[in-house]
Amino acid sequence: MIYLDLLIGFLKVGLFAFGGAYGAIPLIRDVVLSYGWISDEMLAYMIAVSESTPGPIMVNLATYIGSSQGGLAGALIATAAVVLPSFSIILLLMILLKKLLKNSYVQAVLRGVKPCIIGIILATGIFMILERCIGSFSDVSADLTAIIMTVVLTVIYFASSKLIRKGLSPIGLIGISAVAGIIVYGRI
Amino acid sequence: MGKPMSILPDLFLTFAKIGLFTFGGGYAMIALIEDECVEKKKWITHDEMMNVTVIAESTPGPIAINCATFTGYKQEGFAGAAVATLGMVLPSFCIIFLISMFLSNFLEIPWFAHAFQGIRIAVGILILDAAIKMIRKMQKKPFPLAVMLTAFAAMLAIDILALRISSITLMLVAAAVSLSVYLLKQFAGKEAAGK
Repeated sequence: MIYLDLLIGFLKVGLFAFGGAYGAIPLIRDVVLSYGWISDEMLAYMIAVSESTPGPIMVNLATYIGSSQGGLAGALIATAAVVLPSFSIILLLMILLKKLLKNSYVQAVLRGVKPCIIGIILATGIFMILERCIGSFSDVSADLTAIIMTVVLTVIYFASSKLIRKGLSPIGLIGISAVAGIIVYGRI
Repeated sequence: MGKPMSILPDLFLTFAKIGLFTFGGGYAMIALIEDECVEKKKWITHDEMMNVTVIAESTPGPIAINCATFTGYKQEGFAGAAVATLGMVLPSFCIIFLISMFLSNFLEIPWFAHAFQGIRIAVGILILDAAIKMIRKMQKKPFPLAVMLTAFAAMLAIDILALRISSITLMLVAAAVSLSVYLLKQFAGKEAAGK
């Protein structure tokens, strides 16, 4: 039955998808293709849509695939299934967390992992900006529009915290960038 | 005055707002959660946010869901966790469901495509912002700084050279190094105490 397949398939995705959406895509691809739900090409399209709409990419993909296979009920089941494992794991951890975080070995591990994650996030941010501005590194070509957009948006975002008391919120930046995208890319 | 008003509706609305404006995966969302839950609402501290990020990275599932569950649970127990997670998921659920029903050529609609091209640029800036905030608040001691810079250089090289090494591997190495340093120090301490 399709609903049961969706439930089991996306529970698997939610349970084994480590390292964010991009780490999860091979796993999702595996599940989706093994059930024969959609073609590889359709999956690529759905991934692109999931990336360009708000919300966690993994959850978006689950909703999309669920809906394509079983309508509203399918979408609900697939979405719930992909969320349930991480929801339960965090709840369990929260109950154990207080004691766990005080453990000196856990503390030692955290001392290494925290700065490591900061380094990873910094690298990801810089890489994303570079990629938008000069394209892929195997085929470098400067995108002047993207460079100008990046500089302008960066200046607006970081200067606003000096000018206005609370600065521009991340949501504000998303809004401005969407409008700028429509104006700038719409003209070209 | 009686019991303070339940913050369940506030939890739901705040996470729905975050869910509605989160583009480009988990790291970009960290900037939004910092802004809403740490700075504006003060539901969690920066330190806790950092802990959730670590936990989210080392447990399966979307970081966004992990953060919502954590913050909700801390404020209102199980109900809070459920409401925050539901809020996080609901906006994108509705959007994707509508797209899947009515817009088979969503990516070809010029307005959305252009807006998204702009948003893609903002996402990089938001991730950078999240990293800068974390660096400002981290301990400026040699060990964490060295780990941070090494991880930064390694991750950038992995991205640029398109190597098939996941960030989880980097975190495991950092954890192993840090734990070994701790054990060595303890061992050295015991030796010194024994003599």
